Amino acid sequence: MNVILKIWRQPSKDTPGGFETYPVADVSPDMSFLEMLDVLNETLTQSGKEPIAFESDCREGICGTCGLFINGRAHGPGLGITTCELRMRRFKSGETIVVEPWRAKAFPVLKDLIVDRSSFDRIIQSGGYVSVNTGNALDGNTLPIAKTKADEAFDAATCIGCGACVATCKNASAMLFTAAKVSQLALLPQGEVEAQDRVINMVKTMELEGFGHCSNTGACEIECPKQISLTHIARLHREYLKATFK
Amino acid sequence: MSLDARIPEGPIQQKWDHCKFEMKLVSPANRRKRSVIVVGTGLAGASAAASLGEMGYNVSAFTYHDSPRRAHSIAAQGGINAPKNYANDGDSIYRLFYDTIKGGDYRAREANVYRLAQLSGNIIDHCVAQGVPFAREYGGLLANRSFGGVQVSRTFYARGQTGQQLLLGAYGALSRQVHTNQVRMFSRTEMLDLIVVDGRARGIVARDLVSGKISSHMADAVILATGGYSNVFYLSTNAINSNATAIWRAHKRGAYFANPCFTQIHPTCIPRAGESQSKLTLMSESLRNDGRIWVPKQKGDKRRARDIPESDRDYYLERIYPSFGNLVPRDVASRRAKEMCDNGYGVAGGYAVYLDFADAIQRDGKDSVEQKYGNLFDIYHEITGENPYTTAMKIYPAPHYTMGGLWVDYHLMTTIPGLFALGEANFSDHGANRLGASALMQCLTDGYFVLPYTIGDYLAKPLPHVSEDAGKPIEREVTDRLNILSNASGSQTAMSLHQKLGHIMWDKCGMSRNETGLKEALNDIKTLKETFQKDLKLSTPGQTLNQELERANRVADYIELGELMVQDALTREESCGGHFREEHQTEENEAKRNDENQSYVSAWAYSEKKEAVLHKEALAFDHVKPTQRSYK
Ligand SMILES: Cc1cc2nc3c(=O)[nH]c(=O)nc-3n(C[C@H](O)[C@H](O)[C@H](O)COP(=O)(O)OP(=O)(O)OC[C@H]3O[C@@H](n4cnc5c(N)ncnc54)[C@H](O)[C@@H]3O)c2cc1C
Ligand code: SF4
Ligand code: FES
Repeated sequence: MNVILKIWRQPSKDTPGGFETYPVADVSPDMSFLEMLDVLNETLTQSGKEPIAFESDCREGICGTCGLFINGRAHGPGLGITTCELRMRRFKSGETIVVEPWRAKAFPVLKDLIVDRSSFDRIIQSGGYVSVNTGNALDGNTLPIAKTKADEAFDAATCIGCGACVATCKNASAMLFTAAKVSQLALLPQGEVEAQDRVINMVKTMELEGFGHCSNTGACEIECPKQISLTHIARLHREYLKATFK
Repeated sequence: MSLDARIPEGPIQQKWDHCKFEMKLVSPANRRKRSVIVVGTGLAGASAAASLGEMGYNVSAFTYHDSPRRAHSIAAQGGINAPKNYANDGDSIYRLFYDTIKGGDYRAREANVYRLAQLSGNIIDHCVAQGVPFAREYGGLLANRSFGGVQVSRTFYARGQTGQQLLLGAYGALSRQVHTNQVRMFSRTEMLDLIVVDGRARGIVARDLVSGKISSHMADAVILATGGYSNVFYLSTNAINSNATAIWRAHKRGAYFANPCFTQIHPTCIPRAGESQSKLTLMSESLRNDGRIWVPKQKGDKRRARDIPESDRDYYLERIYPSFGNLVPRDVASRRAKEMCDNGYGVAGGYAVYLDFADAIQRDGKDSVEQKYGNLFDIYHEITGENPYTTAMKIYPAPHYTMGGLWVDYHLMTTIPGLFALGEANFSDHGANRLGASALMQCLTDGYFVLPYTIGDYLAKPLPHVSEDAGKPIEREVTDRLNILSNASGSQTAMSLHQKLGHIMWDKCGMSRNETGLKEALNDIKTLKETFQKDLKLSTPGQTLNQELERANRVADYIELGELMVQDALTREESCGGHFREEHQTEENEAKRNDENQSYVSAWAYSEKKEAVLHKEALAFDHVKPTQRSYK
């Protein structure tokens, strides 16, 4: 199959960018979207043109590095997948495909399709953990945890920190990401001691980093590759209320 | 230089206690004055950096990733071992020790492996305390499963995402230290060289991958936890940016490289689909618990899998190994799959075998299979477009893990004083073959429970003062090297040269090796090296964010490392674990070790002018007597 790509190019953070068009021929439907970009980049390099900067690492949907806005959707067509899991069989031959970076104030573009998501790290640094030093733990089976709770905590913990929720949200809110961590730890007894500080500090950092407010539209849940549920946002709200109205 | 592994005196059960008691301590007040650089923030590096920070050391941590949470450890699926004996099936520290030595085909150091088995239980406890959501039983206690190569259930898991959950735990601990400035985090910063002053590791030269700025960072000790080098094969299950530059550069500055040819080829990966394939995807080993591996008895059988009747199928692992069947260790399963395909029985173009769940679905029902393997089946479906519930999966072996790495002693220190190596980057515990669910265990044992003690012994002694400028000459060397690369104006891209290296390594230094092939490989690599120097082409101008430059630099190091792997494979005149030399096999085509002459760790010293020099650390087996591994 053949496709036409319209790709966002931007030399650096402080230089304005714009779209450029690249036709790609002989694409196999079994190829991944990123492999198709690899092929394009090889031809660009060969012909002395600068290849397109984009990020990926595991290429199997778990590290959260990749993340492109494709035809107006975070991680492209398909539900429950990341950009690196997207295969070309989801597109039609002859189709024009528009490829952009995540767009959010808190995710500045570094180059072409690469954005800076270190704001996510700072949200976690402000409280997304249990404060336990190495060497302090009791036997792992000392504290039984109901399987249903453990499973629900696990569902929240599968967030890969990709940022699709932010890119999809019209307010560029990081609520789903933040809630996933708050909720995971709120569901487990280990997280209880610090629960109140955690939720307050993480929400505060989220605002300081320039993420927008959550208006409960729910678009994030739909585009989240790990299908993190909105119920975790509800739990964050409850935790927040508990912490602020003491 | 003679190799002293610094193995403590005393009975094996007491060696670690003995060592801890003998080691010098750094007082809490003095820890603040000691600085440590940790390169790599995967499981091994993040756990070490967090623990050192908690103890009060001054830590700087480096990763080329945009966040520590993205390290390749995140991709580990199956689980992590610990001999808790929660399953009440007779497990013990000694059994885990025994299994690991045997599984490693008697090429690992007994004392290290015993300590690993001893400490592994602490990991589970610590991770539970961190809020890692391990799988649980209905009674609320931790669940276990069995994993390839062993007969007890000692594997803890978090669905098919164990590595992710453990890494996020370590990342949380690290983030906590970053928050209080106990650890300074340098993301998107790649170490490109090691600074050695008066024979000691005193810092690194690193490049800011966004601004392109090259700078040196000094410290009292340097820890490398930079992962494995399977990407030397180009196609592997590793993340595409995983690379060997940190350990290779350290090697060139004097750290010995141990057992470079010991690489693990994982039996159950999705076969490659075409020339543009960029990486291979692992299907967890746990699938072999219920899936049955087979090929058609008739060469080139064109029928669909489900149309081939039982009588025309060869369940070759069950046939050759009646007692372990589909659960034989990885090296054995991989080699047999290759053999079947080489002999013309492969399916789907010749480079695949079937992994079939039809019987399991019939026996336990689709729901039960979905419960256990649902997410893996989804991945498979997404990638191949085929539904594994109705069509047998196709699998083929792929490079996955490297047992070799920097040589370290019992303290995890390399041959350069002050330089430590942890996790997959060292060679320490897996001998010639790693058992499933043991890498995560080793990474976290190294980072949480071993290094934080042993580094104290080094840092407690006075260190000579070094000037802040001591790294400048190396900084200049690095700058020159990158300038040459970024001006390369030949005709071949770094990626295409990497692909060529991969072909050489896979064909001639892959699952089975022979003298003729290895000698050819040496020549091929020499030619490739010249091609790289003369004909490399980069088209990204400037040295700010420049992914082509990053790649070219890594490929250059891979080519040199590939050469050493081949040399190592040539000198190891035996078959053991993942290293199968065709000249050394039993009549039944099993690996034939040579315990009399080859029971050693190879430790290579780099030489600028001449060939690398081989040193040998002799291995002694006082507890587990080497026998021919048998899984029949
Ligand atoms: C698909 C897959 C599944 C697996 N499943 C299992 C399993 O179920 N059980 C098991 O026990 N093991 C498993 N393994 C093996 C295991 O995941 C790895 O061996 C282990 O995670 C390695 O961890 P590490 O900390 O040593 O390195 P990594 O996690 O690879 O981390 C390396 C770190 O070093 C950094 N780095 C590297 N070079 C530089 C440099 N030059 N400068 C700066 N930073 C650098 C990287 O940014 C990264 O932070 C699996 C492996 C794969 C590929
Ligand atoms: S919540 Fe979902 S979309 Fe948001 S970062 Fe996590 S995995 Fe990505
Ligand atoms: S590259 Fe890791 S999730 Fe896509």
